Amino acid sequence: MNNLEKSSLFQLTSARFRLYLREPEAIFWTFVFPILLAIGLGIAFRNRPADVLPVGATTPLLTQALAADKGLTATNLDEAAGTHALATGQILLLAVQQPAGVAYKFDDTNPDARVARLVADRAIQTAAGRREALSVKNDLVHEAGARYIDFVVPGLLGMNLMGTAMWGIGFSIVDARQKKLLKRMVASPMPRWQFLASFLLSRLVLLVLEVVFFLGFARLAFGVPFRGPLWELAFLCILSSLVFAALGLLVSSRARTIEAVSGLMNLVMMPMWILSGIFFSASRFPAVIQPLVRALPLTAANDALRGNMLQGLSLGQMIAPVAILLAWALAAFAVSLRIFRWR
Amino acid sequence: MDDSQSKQRPVAPGDSPALLLGGLRKAFGDVVAVDGLELQVARGECFGLLGPNGAGKTTTIEICEGLTTADSGAVELLGLNWQTGADELRQRIGVQLQETQFPEKLTVEETLRLFRSFYRRGLSVDDSIRTAQLEEKRAGRVGTLSGGQKQRLAMACALVGDPEMLFLDEPTTGLDPQARRHLWDLVDALKQAGRTIILTTHYMEEAERLCDRVAIMDHGRVIAQGSVPQLIASIGAEHIVEFAVAERERHEVNIASLLAIPGVQSHRVDAGLHQLSVIELHTAVPAIFAALDQQRLTLSEFRTHSATLEDVFVNLTGRTLRDE
Repeated sequence: MNNLEKSSLFQLTSARFRLYLREPEAIFWTFVFPILLAIGLGIAFRNRPADVLPVGATTPLLTQALAADKGLTATNLDEAAGTHALATGQILLLAVQQPAGVAYKFDDTNPDARVARLVADRAIQTAAGRREALSVKNDLVHEAGARYIDFVVPGLLGMNLMGTAMWGIGFSIVDARQKKLLKRMVASPMPRWQFLASFLLSRLVLLVLEVVFFLGFARLAFGVPFRGPLWELAFLCILSSLVFAALGLLVSSRARTIEAVSGLMNLVMMPMWILSGIFFSASRFPAVIQPLVRALPLTAANDALRGNMLQGLSLGQMIAPVAILLAWALAAFAVSLRIFRWR
Repeated sequence: MDDSQSKQRPVAPGDSPALLLGGLRKAFGDVVAVDGLELQVARGECFGLLGPNGAGKTTTIEICEGLTTADSGAVELLGLNWQTGADELRQRIGVQLQETQFPEKLTVEETLRLFRSFYRRGLSVDDSIRTAQLEEKRAGRVGTLSGGQKQRLAMACALVGDPEMLFLDEPTTGLDPQARRHLWDLVDALKQAGRTIILTTHYMEEAERLCDRVAIMDHGRVIAQGSVPQLIASIGAEHIVEFAVAERERHEVNIASLLAIPGVQSHRVDAGLHQLSVIELHTAVPAIFAALDQQRLTLSEFRTHSATLEDVFVNLTGRTLRDE
């Protein structure tokens, strides 16, 4: 046996790593799932500018006028059928012929419907003989970094760092506790800190694989930009992963059964899935709850990852999110080590 | 704990007992699991804690292993105690717990290499695999092992640090008879190598087969201890005569006439089976036959066996070990 093989930290870490690799479901969630999600979102949102907006009208004349615009597809419907189509989302707007002119029925809280209102009005006014007061032309820009896919990739990365770290650590620890393995380990001379450290070390090794794999894919398939320094991006990934590893440890520090820890995990992660700006900006939430939203570790992670990748900000320009991440990591580690149940 | 126990006695290794328990008490809420236990185990001895489920065996052994802290009382192992010598003790003892499930997706060899890495000195992984007779399963995943093989893996993990003292908690519970005998052979071999072994069991055959000395536990206390022959001698009769009579005559057995026979010490009846504890079998048996014949009873069963620990337990508590 060489020295590395004799080291219990090495043995614990490599056992942990092997156990992970022998779990096909874990590989799916870590590597395949985020890529499938990115592909799905990429396809959905890349085709979006070419989308035509579905609208309806109550007379053939109006339908013809609407259909003349390339941004719309128009269907001729009577008012009852049109209202039903509107309510079920098949059309965004219904143009109703009235004695004095035209009435538009649409939902003004839906951005697409508001666009449909503008385009439809332009088409109907043009058909009625309106002339433009000013001559304009469109210069189309599709710049990398400003698209939805560029926004969502750092969010998916943050979400994935959270999921893999929390499940990977929380589940394994509670499983070992439930199977009395934790108790058996404690009865041996194994240093306890090494048992916990082995989880962090194997997580870091996996982190390199999953981040490189996912971001490499996002780069090659979508041309997502990396504007900040790469080593700072690496630092942010490691820091985020440590934060969620610490939360995973905290959640699993007392739970005795897999069912109990699953419930706790979801309780911790659910608010962040919703509030932390994975798929849309967290700043859309009302100002009252913004302090709470900003304090969540996933919000801080996503902000920092986006700041690095999209805006090219340096760590020095992102002190707030980095400080929030550090605070969460320290607090969660400190509490979980205090309350950890070894039996 | 009081002062005298936390101070380590200045003894040379080897001249202190392997295990010394004094006035040990442990309660879980209202339930007193261990109630003033006193025990001493010499080095090189194989010592058995025998008792029914719930007697406090596992709590006692987990206190010895440093996994549970006693409410009061003294625990000394190999001249050390858990307050001041925990790290040293963990290096020198081997532990097999009830119900440990090792990770199913590691192989036997990987599991042992992991456990070996916790000890400063110990057996090689190869030697521990050979000792536990798991050679053919060396590269097999733990999830594919049979119950007996899993138990032998647990033994191998307990042995890999080459411990001076080995704690085995119900090592054969749930195993089939063949796997049980296999494990007994393994424990025998470890005894020959001079290790101190402390095991718990609720199988009296196991204690009789393996242990130099046995403590019988009930309700958190030791109710008898000594070598197996000593304990058996303590009930005052070396033999047990068991008989049953035909169903319809069950209530006609005259017990007083049986107890009057010279050499018959006691009588009890359990589910129609009469048990007499007897000395001098050669004179008592003909007299028993004569007495039953005189009562015109038809025997449906008749056998004798040498008294066992089961009979000792029955004698002490009025219950069998299997009563739960």
